[in-house]
Amino acid sequence: MTTATVSAAGPLSVSQRLLLGALFLVLGAVFVAGTGFAGDYRAHNGAHDTRHSMGFPCH
Amino acid sequence: MFRNLFFAALIAALCAGLATSIIQHFRLIPLIVAAESYEGEAPHDHGEQTVAPHSHDEGEWMPADGFERTAFTVAANLLMAAGFAFVITAISLIFNLPVTPQTGLAWGIGGFIAFSLAPALGLPPGLPGMPVAETGARQIWWVFAAVSTALGLLAIAKWRTWWALALAAILIVLPHAAGAPRPPLEETGVPAGLAASFASAVLANGLVFWVVLGVSYGVLTSRFSRRVS
Repeated sequence: MTTATVSAAGPLSVSQRLLLGALFLVLGAVFVAGTGFAGDYRAHNGAHDTRHSMGFPCH
Repeated sequence: MFRNLFFAALIAALCAGLATSIIQHFRLIPLIVAAESYEGEAPHDHGEQTVAPHSHDEGEWMPADGFERTAFTVAANLLMAAGFAFVITAISLIFNLPVTPQTGLAWGIGGFIAFSLAPALGLPPGLPGMPVAETGARQIWWVFAAVSTALGLLAIAKWRTWWALALAAILIVLPHAAGAPRPPLEETGVPAGLAASFASAVLANGLVFWVVLGVSYGVLTSRFSRRVS
């Protein structure tokens, strides 16, 4: 099996893999940007210690 | 399919988010709180010269110290961990590179190099109150360093040929050749010892976070797939 080696994903076609991958990428980017990068002061102050501790650029 | 990967990512994020929360509680947040007591002492002498505006303006909402602040930090850690777990899932699917209990460690170390070590080389992890360059420019460089390094490591993992190694070397060196935004040379009230302790603790914290995330995700995805099939 060369096309479906991703564990837990089971047998997926190339287009299914790419579509699912793109979906997860958007989801991941939104979560990481929301906690690490959002400019809104509520997001910044709520996640302040997380940002400093993970080395995200902070004020 | 989506459900298996989604839940494996969420549970792995829970493990890594809690691991980093514990390290932060004992080794990082005490340093942040100590630095905050110095914040605003020296830099304010410079008046208009301060490049980065201090974000702790009066009247702005922020979680109250104590339980509320800890709760927000743990929540933010879990959300961030979920985000990075989704990114691992996405890359694994797009590049068709499986995350297994065996490869989980390599994924974790790769994540650490791309998202902690490479950005920290140009932008040393800093405490509140330390002089920094403009936030937007630093954020752009951080993302540039992380993405470029990640793509370099992926090229090696995917192809393992001499040209992939050459491509990886270029991608990994590029952000540092371009150079990160430099902080203004200003005095700060934050003691140097505190800042040095913080920088190394951030890197150790990053390594633990990423290794726990990669290994637990590898174990969970393989377990979930076995149960389904």
